Amino acid sequence: MGQIHLDKVRKCFGDVEVIPPLDLDIEDGEFVVFVGPSGCGKSTLLRLIAGLEDVTGGRVVIDGHDATTIPPAKRGLAMVFQSYALYPHMSVRKNIAFPLRMAGLDKAEQDRRVAQAAEVLNLTDYLDRRPGQLSGGQRQRVAIGRAIVREPAAFLFDEPLSNLDAALRVGMRLEISELHKRLATTMIYVTHDQVEAMTMADKIVVLNAGVVEQVGSPLDLYHNPCNTFVAGFIGSPKMNFVGGEEAANHGATTIGIRPEDIKISKDNGLWRGTVGVSEHLGSDTFFHVKCDAFSVPLTVRASGAVELDYGATVFLSPDTSKLHRFDQTGQRVS
Amino acid sequence: MARSVTTHRKMLTTLLAWTIGLLIFFPILWIVVLSFKSEGDAIKTPMQVLLSAWSFDNYATVQDRSDYFKHFSNSVLIAVGSTLLGILVAVPAAWSMAFVPSKRTRGILMWMLSTKMLPAVGVLYPIYIGFIALGLLDTRIGLLLILMLINLPIIIWMLYTYFKEIPVEILEAARMDGARLREELLYVLTPMAVPGIASTVLLNVILAWNEAFWTLNLTAAKAAPLTAFIASYSSPEGLFYAKLSAASVMAIAPILIMGWFSQKQLVRGLTFGAVK
Repeated sequence: MGQIHLDKVRKCFGDVEVIPPLDLDIEDGEFVVFVGPSGCGKSTLLRLIAGLEDVTGGRVVIDGHDATTIPPAKRGLAMVFQSYALYPHMSVRKNIAFPLRMAGLDKAEQDRRVAQAAEVLNLTDYLDRRPGQLSGGQRQRVAIGRAIVREPAAFLFDEPLSNLDAALRVGMRLEISELHKRLATTMIYVTHDQVEAMTMADKIVVLNAGVVEQVGSPLDLYHNPCNTFVAGFIGSPKMNFVGGEEAANHGATTIGIRPEDIKISKDNGLWRGTVGVSEHLGSDTFFHVKCDAFSVPLTVRASGAVELDYGATVFLSPDTSKLHRFDQTGQRVS
Repeated sequence: MARSVTTHRKMLTTLLAWTIGLLIFFPILWIVVLSFKSEGDAIKTPMQVLLSAWSFDNYATVQDRSDYFKHFSNSVLIAVGSTLLGILVAVPAAWSMAFVPSKRTRGILMWMLSTKMLPAVGVLYPIYIGFIALGLLDTRIGLLLILMLINLPIIIWMLYTYFKEIPVEILEAARMDGARLREELLYVLTPMAVPGIASTVLLNVILAWNEAFWTLNLTAAKAAPLTAFIASYSSPEGLFYAKLSAASVMAIAPILIMGWFSQKQLVRGLTFGAVK
């Protein structure tokens, strides 16, 4: 079981309120991602759930029990840290066995579970090494191993991939997703990388300045962002925002258009503009187009490899059925 | 050209370093020399001293007149005991200041250090009276306690700086892994801080071994360590340079040898954290 319920959880550091009262439900077996810009309180929220920080107000309920005052060791949660936080003086074997040793399991059971975890994570050959002798990816796997041997109610991941290089990050992302499918245990994952959030989550919690902006499935957030913050944060490249007359024509203060919802043409279209920088990814091409009508350039996606010269005149046509409309407070107009 | 200038400079600095080193070491060397001379020869001019006969007589006399091994064992017990006791007290203290600091932590650290700037003689009288009242005067346990207390600020400061270097996430990981405070200190923090703790132990054994003010004032016969053993040759019966030297050599030799073998660890420990 791994059901977590946050009831008006509030956190202050001194006089600064970093998390105003916040409610959140996490169902058993869900992969929940907390995403938001640096300093939005997502790590603090995770540490409140872990018990590494005390809440200033409200309750943390785990599996129906009020865990607010229970120390981290007794909450039945396992955590994987950004810096891996392995014990440098212990071998990989002892690192993974540490939680079992603390739980007072007998040696045979410890060995059995360590062997099992090592098998799952491809660490069998490294069990007698020290963390210092491992690569970044291997260390991360040891940290995950240390978390899974405990068979926790839920896993907490605090930006676990941000110390890895890009290629390794994609690999580890898949491994963690795979692990979640296999174990079907609740996972709470903190990241500032919206690609990780989109690809891994069952449910994304978008945080901004300690406030939950929106909770929903990745595609739900992508297609129906509730405000300009979520709209701008989810999706890569970012959604284009246009204000002024063009927005007023659609009955909004701001309209948002995703790069893939704008058609680019050399001959005709709604908005005239000039091509700025082009980004060629092979499968897609992104153009930054400076339109005559708008002050900010728009990002436009074209499928496949499309060649357009820098400074060439082009015409853009938005797919009006896929426009996102926002009012002056930035909230979605339905 | 540039290379020859560098070599030249290197030779000069080496020469300077050796000169300073020898100057500092010379008194100790001279004590060693005098300890092998007769009392009569010891007060002659340096050249005559060097040319006079060498003998082990002083060592034999010193051992006959005062029980070296009793003083030695007192010194070992007091130095090692006070350091270990100090470490036991200091590990939790340094842990709390390094990992759960409060607004007053900085102030407490400075206050502890300030006690080291107080002239010891200023508190001699109250402590002396206190020792009499508690029956601790001239006892090894009394000395062990007072030396522990005197060196405690240094022990806590040193451990505090080592602990500051340990990432707090590792301790948090231990907490998440189910370690209680005792286990966190015992299985995670202390083993990780072993190099730091080792240097702290070494330095404090040396400090406690060399401590003379309290050991001389609070002991008489039973608990007297080697400092009192040396002092007993300097006073009432007049000057006995040669025997005093022999006693000094016997007193400093053990700690000198220990320091020699552990100098790498000591230097590493003392510069720990200075370069990252």
